[in-house]
Amino acid sequence: MNRILLIAEHNGQNLDPATAKSLTCALQIPHQTLDIAVFGSSRAPAESAAKLVGVNRVLFVELPENQAGLAVCLCPLVVELSADYTHVLVPATSFGRDLLPRVAAKLNAAQVSDIVAVDGDRCFKRYVYAGNALITVQAPAGTVVASVRANAFKPTSAGGQAVVETVDLNLELPRHTRLLGLNRSVSERPDLQSASRVLAGGRGVGGKSGFDDLYRLADKLGAAVGASRAAVDAGFVPNDLQIGQTSKIIAPDLYIAFGISGAFQHLAGIKDAGVIVAVNTDPNAPIFEVADIGLVADLFEVIPQLEQALANK
Amino acid sequence: MERESVAFDVAIVGAGPAGLAAAIKIKQLAGERGLDVSVCVLEKGSEVGAHILSGALLEIKALEALFPAWRDLQAPVGVTVAEEELCYLAGSQHAVKFPDFAVPKPLRNHGHYVVSLANLCRWLGKQAEGLGVDIFAGFAADSLLYREDGGIAGVVTGDMGLDKQGRQKPGFQAGIEVRAKYTLFAEGCHGHLGKQLTERYCLREGADPQHYGIGIKEVWKIDAAKHRPGNVLHTFGWPLDGSSEGGGFLYHLDGQQVALGFIVGLNYANPHLNPYQEMQRWKLHAKIKPLLEGGTRLAYGARALNKGGWQSLPRMSFPGGLLLGCDAGLLNPAKLRGIHNALRSGMLAAETVLESFAAGDGAELDNFEQKFRASPIYSELYQARNVAPALSKWGPLLGGAFFWLDQNLLAGRLPFTLRKPRADHAVLKAAAACPPIDYPCPDGKISFDLMASVALSNTHHEADQPCHLQLRDADVPLAVNWPQYAEPAQRYCPAKVYEVVADANGNRGLVINAQNCVHCKTCDIKDPAQNIDWRPPEGGGGPNYTNM
Amino acid sequence: MKILVAVKRVVDYNVQLHVKSDGSGVETDGVKMSINPFDEIAVEEAIRIKEAGHADEVLVVSIGSDACQEQLRAALAMGADRALLVKCDRDVQPLLAAKALQALVGQERPQLVLMGKQAIDDDACQTPQMLAGLLDWPQATFASRIVIAGAGKVEVTREVDAGLETLSLDLPTVISTDLRLNEPRYIKIPQIMKAKSKPLQMLDLADLPITETPLLNIVTTSAPEPRPAGVRVGSVAELVDALKEKGVL
Repeated sequence: MNRILLIAEHNGQNLDPATAKSLTCALQIPHQTLDIAVFGSSRAPAESAAKLVGVNRVLFVELPENQAGLAVCLCPLVVELSADYTHVLVPATSFGRDLLPRVAAKLNAAQVSDIVAVDGDRCFKRYVYAGNALITVQAPAGTVVASVRANAFKPTSAGGQAVVETVDLNLELPRHTRLLGLNRSVSERPDLQSASRVLAGGRGVGGKSGFDDLYRLADKLGAAVGASRAAVDAGFVPNDLQIGQTSKIIAPDLYIAFGISGAFQHLAGIKDAGVIVAVNTDPNAPIFEVADIGLVADLFEVIPQLEQALANK
Repeated sequence: MERESVAFDVAIVGAGPAGLAAAIKIKQLAGERGLDVSVCVLEKGSEVGAHILSGALLEIKALEALFPAWRDLQAPVGVTVAEEELCYLAGSQHAVKFPDFAVPKPLRNHGHYVVSLANLCRWLGKQAEGLGVDIFAGFAADSLLYREDGGIAGVVTGDMGLDKQGRQKPGFQAGIEVRAKYTLFAEGCHGHLGKQLTERYCLREGADPQHYGIGIKEVWKIDAAKHRPGNVLHTFGWPLDGSSEGGGFLYHLDGQQVALGFIVGLNYANPHLNPYQEMQRWKLHAKIKPLLEGGTRLAYGARALNKGGWQSLPRMSFPGGLLLGCDAGLLNPAKLRGIHNALRSGMLAAETVLESFAAGDGAELDNFEQKFRASPIYSELYQARNVAPALSKWGPLLGGAFFWLDQNLLAGRLPFTLRKPRADHAVLKAAAACPPIDYPCPDGKISFDLMASVALSNTHHEADQPCHLQLRDADVPLAVNWPQYAEPAQRYCPAKVYEVVADANGNRGLVINAQNCVHCKTCDIKDPAQNIDWRPPEGGGGPNYTNM
Repeated sequence: MKILVAVKRVVDYNVQLHVKSDGSGVETDGVKMSINPFDEIAVEEAIRIKEAGHADEVLVVSIGSDACQEQLRAALAMGADRALLVKCDRDVQPLLAAKALQALVGQERPQLVLMGKQAIDDDACQTPQMLAGLLDWPQATFASRIVIAGAGKVEVTREVDAGLETLSLDLPTVISTDLRLNEPRYIKIPQIMKAKSKPLQMLDLADLPITETPLLNIVTTSAPEPRPAGVRVGSVAELVDALKEKGVL
């Protein structure tokens, strides 16, 4: 029977919502045990993981903070732990995408990336060609190594009571890689990847000041702000706001695109959103093809009107 | 501007059937004679075949002349024509099939091949490269390069990396000079350099204006049970009213695919006519629709074609170069086939070029005209000369009867030549004087919204570059075309490039969505004020046709 | 220093693909192929590092059919010095690619291996990390800035979900390139002509020392479910009503 290990993602203090979503995916694989591994300097994320329903054990591996995010340091630890498991899973965030293939190579395993559905013990569905095709793929014999597109799953709720076990692996970790710094985008706003509402701007937003308007509206809606590649390339906003097939893939309940034309690389990143709204002056913009609600209008007129409408609500 | 320069013996503009046949034949002949002749081909598409669109039916003889062993070389010529039908569509339900004896000879296709010209060109490109031809895809020949004596010295490729305002972006690369002893222009119908050459060297003196059609094509994959490889259908009549020329074609290729399209003569008078919508409507005919039901549309594209024939032939030689294939208008309008003539013209050009090299430095290519007149291209165009004008003058039925008589019994030997002296852009009537046409809404299964179609052409242009559709006078669209013709560019453009939009105060403006352009050239042809100049965008831009 | 850049031949990013009706894959017949755009950025970066005087050779490698020569020639025209094609007519999955590259690294001894962060066909995002793992080298994925720091070190800024992370790595190392690292140059005709005489070596995958490699089995390929058609509204008021009706406001 299957024994699943899920690697948690966290920011040092809090468990990333991608973990609870990936857990939902993991729970769909028939299994005997399902454990979560937490690597870090603080036990807090491990304690949160232990509360998730369906978890058998949480393995806490203590690591100094400057190593906890480095794939080269985590890889030997995960490989060591994986000996007891049939499946090793990780959220397909930038953290998981960095780490897991290195682990897979060490295990001589063919990895399945970015799974969006479970189709049996070792059979999964995933998108290829920027979301233009959906494949069903079967992992070969040996350890199943897979990353999970977290936003394709609802988060598992809290209410469980797993135990946190501290594991001391006592391995020598490589010293060839040093973390010089993380320029974390600080934001009081909801996290783009887990927000239930997202407003996004494209080239049509015109510049930083246009995004200020968008932020103001986002605050009123309790929404996160994202952007198309064009807006990031133009320097309107930092890279961590980019939504798309090869950047952040999101699935909020409500997604409103302002001045985004809708290159299919971008559309691949929002296809699982609940309601897609497009505001664009170009009635032919491809974004309207996927929008549930389209409004052909100037976003600079729409944003203040929306603010007004929300204030009157 | 100081530009880098490369030199070849022969430079060829356009990797279509004419340009590639010329390149191949030059290398073959040079090889036979032990000469070293350097040949390059410039192609504005991102790869050979990316901008090639045709029906297409191929008369194999011309390919055979180039490659007698085409079969062993695995030329992708698809399937031979097995069954063929010519139908008159009377309304959306009825089709009257012509009995075989009543079909004009030029429209009989037995022995010909159903091909994807894009794939054939890809193959020709490989053959050419194998013979040592340098093919540069993704490079547009932007402008002409002149010798001191006024002859053609080559071409200049387009600049890469200019922004919308024409300023240099980081990474800007200036175009380079491609110099050659002889430059052959094979850009296809209404090439933008061909247009300049025609003007500069007065190549159309004494000829009728060129006449054009716009062909809109789709490729579908259909139910295997309905698929009959080699089956060929041509229709005329519905959905066009009697006053506009055109018709449809539907060819079964191999691999469960069908190529289908609709051609509208650009001499239509009603500015409300929308060729794209005619094509979508035509697919709903009882003869067509059942075949497509349950199928998947794979590709979409459009291209202007010339149909002026013999009366519109320009002089094809000028100092330093030649005009070939559809750039010179060699499509046979009676047969509606032109690939064979394109190939032949390329081969003739190759012979002329080799003779001129033998004649020594500075020899011109004037001999080409003589060779051309003695060639089967000329005789078949002459023989077919009265067909298209007769159809224009007398409509599909009476004109069609003349067609049959002229071609089947008299072999084009009538002692007179019908003419069409008015250019296609000059025949539009005022919008107010013409009935609007009520096109059905797309059903999303057989007929589609225009933008959904354009997406299937895989068209891509760098967004931040100068607009490649240039208005000679920016006021004409709204000051003249809008009031008189309701700006017909909005309808004849098969890629929604031109849109007249009004703001909240009712002020109208013309929007040019140059990024959608599929390089069909219709706007440059049909604009009533001849106000639009189609210029090549940054190399590699445009459609990426797969098997058109 | 020698830089090895791996490039993959993929369906061009402008082409919209169709899934075959029998579920056996996507229609790639006659479709335009290109260098994977992320790999093109890797080629550009390698050439820039060489131009800056930090490297003396850029070797570009591809694994696949004979047709991959086109992409290698394009990389040579951009400015790479030498090319190597590992011929293989089957599907090149990431683990297999990583093992082939590992074997080449053994032969060529580069100090730096660059490649795109993912290929836009399988969207796997695995090969660079796998290669680094197999070699026990440092890795820096999703690079938006690479600085050769001297003394056998390189500084890499990575685009991660939280923002920008900067690592210092000892050479030799594997770096995977992201979109904003650079903008690849335009190729010029004289360079294409020059590239024709640059060495392009071919060898067979079977001739490389590669251990047995498990492969994923692609069971079926299907077209994703299209979203149902939406509605257009004419004003912000209508938009707000529509959002309320859908229960998201």
